[in-house]
Parts: sequence; C-alpha cells; structure tokens
Amino acid sequence: MENTKRQPLLEIHDLHASIEDKEILKGINLIVYPGEVHAIMGPNGSGKSTLSAVLAGKEDYTVTKGKVFFKGKDLLKMKPEERAREGLFLAFQYPVEIPGVSIMTFLKTVMEEIYKHRGMEPMTAAEFLRYLKEKKELVEFDSKLENRAVNAGFSGGEKKKNEILQMAVINPTLAILDETDSGLDIDALKIVANGVNKMKRDDNAFIVITHYQRLLNYIVPDIVHVLYDGRIVKTGTKELALELEEKGYDWIKKELSTL
Amino acid sequence: MSDSKKIIDELKNKKYDAGFKAEIEEEIFPPGINEEIIRKISAIREEPEWVLNFRLRAYNYWKKLQMPRWAHLEFEDIDFQSIVYYAQPKIEKKGSLDEIDPKIKEIYDRLGVPLDEQKILAGVAVDAVLDSVSVATTFKEELRKLGIIFMPISEAIKQYPDLVKKYMGSVVPYTDNFFAALNSAVFSDGTFVYIPKGVHCPVELSSYFRLNVSEAGQFERTLIIADEGSYVSYLEGCTAPMFDENQLHSGVVELIALKDATIKYSTVQNWYPGDETGKGGIYNMVTKRGICKGDNSKILWTQVETGSAITWKYPSTILKGDNSVSEFYSVAVTNNYQQADTGTKMIHIGKNTRSTIVSKGISLGHSNNSYRGLVEIRKGAENARNFSQCDSLLIGDKCGAHTFPYIDVKNKTAIVEHEATTSKISDEQIFYLRQRGLDTEKAVSLIVNGFTKEVMNKLPMEFAAEAKRLLEITLEGSVG
Repeated sequence: MENTKRQPLLEIHDLHASIEDKEILKGINLIVYPGEVHAIMGPNGSGKSTLSAVLAGKEDYTVTKGKVFFKGKDLLKMKPEERAREGLFLAFQYPVEIPGVSIMTFLKTVMEEIYKHRGMEPMTAAEFLRYLKEKKELVEFDSKLENRAVNAGFSGGEKKKNEILQMAVINPTLAILDETDSGLDIDALKIVANGVNKMKRDDNAFIVITHYQRLLNYIVPDIVHVLYDGRIVKTGTKELALELEEKGYDWIKKELSTL
Repeated sequence: MSDSKKIIDELKNKKYDAGFKAEIEEEIFPPGINEEIIRKISAIREEPEWVLNFRLRAYNYWKKLQMPRWAHLEFEDIDFQSIVYYAQPKIEKKGSLDEIDPKIKEIYDRLGVPLDEQKILAGVAVDAVLDSVSVATTFKEELRKLGIIFMPISEAIKQYPDLVKKYMGSVVPYTDNFFAALNSAVFSDGTFVYIPKGVHCPVELSSYFRLNVSEAGQFERTLIIADEGSYVSYLEGCTAPMFDENQLHSGVVELIALKDATIKYSTVQNWYPGDETGKGGIYNMVTKRGICKGDNSKILWTQVETGSAITWKYPSTILKGDNSVSEFYSVAVTNNYQQADTGTKMIHIGKNTRSTIVSKGISLGHSNNSYRGLVEIRKGAENARNFSQCDSLLIGDKCGAHTFPYIDVKNKTAIVEHEATTSKISDEQIFYLRQRGLDTEKAVSLIVNGFTKEVMNKLPMEFAAEAKRLLEITLEGSVG
C-alpha cells in the first residue's frame, strides 16, 4: 500500500488502438508503480503484442482514444526514440537483424545517444568496455557474441539473450518483455529470467507479456493481468497465472460469455 | 506515416558543404574544342613536340567517335563546343610552398586539405590541382631523397620525358574510348608518380582535384609507375563548387605495377551532385585502368563515390603477370536525381591470377545506381580465380539498383564466383533502432555503416574518417 503514495511509472487510461481500421485495443486500463513486476497473459490475438507496440510507439497503430502517462509525461506525444531515451525499453518478440553492425558498436552508439539525452559526457572506449563486461556478466552473456553483427544468423535463443543484454546495458526504468520466452529452451529461459531478477530494483518496473505460465516460475510477478479481446478482463496475484495454466483460456472465455 | 516514407522525406535533401566558389582570377580559354585550342593548350604548357602530336592524334580520332550510350544513364547530349578546356588560376608559381598564393591556400584550407608541410602530421603528401593546373605539391623534396618522383604531370613531361613517353597511353590508349580520346586531346594537369625499385613509399601520396570555374571541364591525367618490388598508396579526392550548369570531368588514370610491386589506389569522389531537383552537377566520365605487368604484382582499388550527377567509371585491372592479384572495393551512394553506372573489369591473362570484387551500392531519392562489371579469363590464365560480390541497398521506393555482371571464361581451370544481394532498409529495422534511442537519421546511418564496413575498412586511415563523414552528409536530411 506504500506504493500508492508514490508516483506511478506508467498509467494507461481507457486506451483504444487500431490497425488499418480494425480495433485491437478496446479500452485498456493499467497502472504500474516502481518496483513492480506485472505479467500480462492472454490467448493469441488478444492484443498483447499490440499493447507493447503501441507503448513503444510503433507508427503502424493508431491510438483512437485514451491517455498514457510515463513518469507523469504524455507518452503518446513522444517519438519512439524519445520514449526509449526516457527509459522505456521493449524486448522484441522477433528482434531484427542489422547486418554488418556489431553488438558492441550498436550498444556504444545507443549509449552515446542516451548520455547525450541526459546531458552527460559519453563514456570513453575503456569505460564502455568495462561497463559492457559488467553487464555481460550480470546476464551471463556469451562473450563471443558481442563481436557479431546484431542478430545476424543468431538462433532464437541468442536473439532473446541479446535483447536481455541490451536491456541490462540500457538499464531502463520500464522494461516490457514481449513473449521473450517463446522459442526458448529451459536453460535460455533461466538466463532471461535471471537477468530480469538481477535488474529488479525499487525504482524500476517490468511488464512481462507471455502466453504461458512457464516463465513466471522464474520471474515472480506481483500482479497478473489477463488480456482478452483488447481488454484486461481479470487481475490477480501469481495464483491467477497458475489457475490459467491449469484451466486454459477457455475458462476465461466462458466466464466472460456468461456475463 | 510509415518509417520508410519518413526516411524519404527526411533524407530527400542533402548538404554539399564543399560547394563554395573561390574568387580568384583565372585565365580562361574561350569555350570549344578545335585544333587551335589544342595547340594553345600545348603552347601555354610549353610542351615538347611529341606531346602536341599525341594530343592532335587523339583529337582527330575523337572527332570520328560518338559519345557512348550503353550505360544505364539518362542525360542530355553534352555540347562539347560550350566547354572551356583550359582555365588557369593567375598565380605566380614558385618553388616553395610558403609562396603559394594565400587565396589558393584558403580554398584548400576550407576543404580541409593541408598544403602546409609543417602542419602535415598525418603523413600525406598532397598534389593540389585547381581547374587545369597543379597549384601545389607538398613533400616533394623529402620524397626525392628516396628517388620517388611525385609531381604534376606537366613537370614530369619536361623533367622525365623518357618515363612519361614510355608509359603514358600504354594502359589507356587514346583509342580506348570516347572520353579517353577527349582527355588525351585536351588533358590539363594531373599527377605523375614513380616509385623506384624496392622502395616502400613511406607516406600516402594524394591528389586533390578541384573545379572552380563554372564552364570549365577538368581533364586530368594520372600516371603511376611502381617499379619492381616497390609499394605505394595513393589517394584521390575531388570537389567542385555548386553551379546550375553541368560540368564535365573526364580524367584518365593509368597504373603500372612491375614485378612484385603493389599499388593501392583509393578514391573519395565528392564532385557536386546537383541540387535536389537534379539541376546542375558534375558529369564524371573517367577511365581508370591498371596493369599488373610483372609477376606477383598487386593493384588494389578502393573507391567511395558520393558525388557527381552522373558517374561513368570502371576502374579496371589487366592481370598480366603470373600470380598477380587485384581487388576492387567500391561504395557508391546516389541520392536525389544522381545516376551512377560504375564497376570494374578484371582481365585475367597470367597464370594463378586472382581478383576480388566487392561492390556496395546505396540508392536514395529518385536516384539510379548500377553496377557493371566484367570478369574475363583469357585462354592462358591457368587457375585464375575471381570472387565477386555485389550488394545493393535501397532506401525509399523511388530509386533503383541494377546489376550488370559479365563473365567471360576461356580457360577450364578457372573458378569464378558471383554473389549478389538487394535489400531495403525495413521499417522494422528502423523501429528497432529507434526503440533503442536512435533517431531515424542515426538509425539509417548505422545501417549504412554496417552495409559499407567491408569497403570502408580497406581505406587508409587518413581517408576513412573523411569518407565516413561524406557518407553521413550524403544521408543527412534537411530535417528542420
């Protein structure tokens, strides 16, 4: 209850969004405080990925109604890069390849932009290398990968681990993990989860979007939401996730249809 | 609005910061080409009879030719009678660099080309050519101690007539093509380099070409001879002021690598490309060719082409010596209404000859970018080997990328490989990078850097930074 006195990190009020005139989000309400881990679960097509894309500012989607505040600022007015520099991070479900650009160069460029945004002097090459090494250890990142081009020829697991490394380096205040667990074996899943758990602090928050309960064995959420047909239809504790795992999503569908 | 559409809007305009015209007095010949003009050019340069005859033979041959139209380029016919074939800055040319006209020095200072020997730390010797004349050559004395000759070709004709006579026109004869014939008739200044046997040239040699007069064409000739076992790295840079008229640049470059010699030839071409509507700009019609004359010789071409309205250029190598090696690494960027038709020819004659071609074309705006290349394996070229890779990157949907690879193999032992890719910067890539905090421009520039890295890494250190900056300027939008 102490949390309610603090300023929310993210406030979503009655958010509606559509793509090509098809409404996907039909009134989302969600409040995330610093220090919290939220899980958003839901069946395929419920709008999970749309929600993360809209929060990150993907221009394919049109917000037709509603408000979103991030650290008290109007998020929807900000460009994607401004949202990122303010501390919003999205771990992509399908990270794209950037041929010829090494992870090292990429992260150095990203950090320069973020430091510039904060009005700070950029790190020197040596400082950056030290910083990167520290973060790599934190997320147990394979030391050989960083000289390779971003995601080029990476396996599914390598791509996701790379997302987690980027998250550790960028050190966001709000990280959204969009089905980061999909396609991961149990070892990779643990690495991803450990990365999140080690980064968890009182002043940051995570939104973990997932189809399955599996990941939530390793990342324990404070609050679990069920997204269905563009709305959050149920909110509960981690037990809700277990219930979903046991009964499947049909249970929710049935419950809703009887209403 | 989709990201790619935004990119087009943001990148449609580029700055050309070398586009100033310097106010210096120049002696300018009347426009037009005829025998009298050629005799005047030869006379004002105090050339020996054999050079005049070379010019006249070339002119008479050229008169019978039609301008070639086979390239994938669209432009109006060039009126060769409206071009000024000789423009000379009115300056007293003295021996020492301290006595260079300050106005000339200012031009090169603004371009970032150091003509001041005390200030040269990077280890680059410069020959600066303004319009038709070489205005300054640095490091000349130091190089002479090693027996290296680095001077304007006009001076070399007088001081080393035997060398020039032996090699000029030996790789690119005036009968080679229309523009080579024209150049041979009216060539102005250019650079002459000779590296003696076994000498490793300790500094990068560099020519800097600058067009200043609006109606003038530039017709320089460069001749580089690397004697047995020697090494030289040569850099060429070019700029011109912004004029609404099109200007013609038609150079000839000849490289001769003797036994065990290596010539590395790098170009950063930034001639004025015209404005965003396609008005003005340089027509860059250049013939560059090298011969690996001796066994185990090497010729390495690297080019970064960002400028010119029209580029017609195929730096080529004749691999005559056994075990000779040649590489061609190219980045060509076209924006707005620029057109480039560029590539290389690798002619394998000797045994165990090897060539590598890596071409990276980037098209933006309404531009068209073509790779045209020939790999020819002659009958006697046992175990010749070629690897070619042509990659095109499209930014926006109004530009074009084209690849015209020709392969002609007459020896069964040859191995020739060709790989080609065409890709577009996708909205997903841009969004991914923006989500990490990079703006669209920075995102494009990062992707382009990744795309061109293989070629940029081949440039000498001194040039790589400049080339990278030029690339960034070319991609830079007029974002307000």
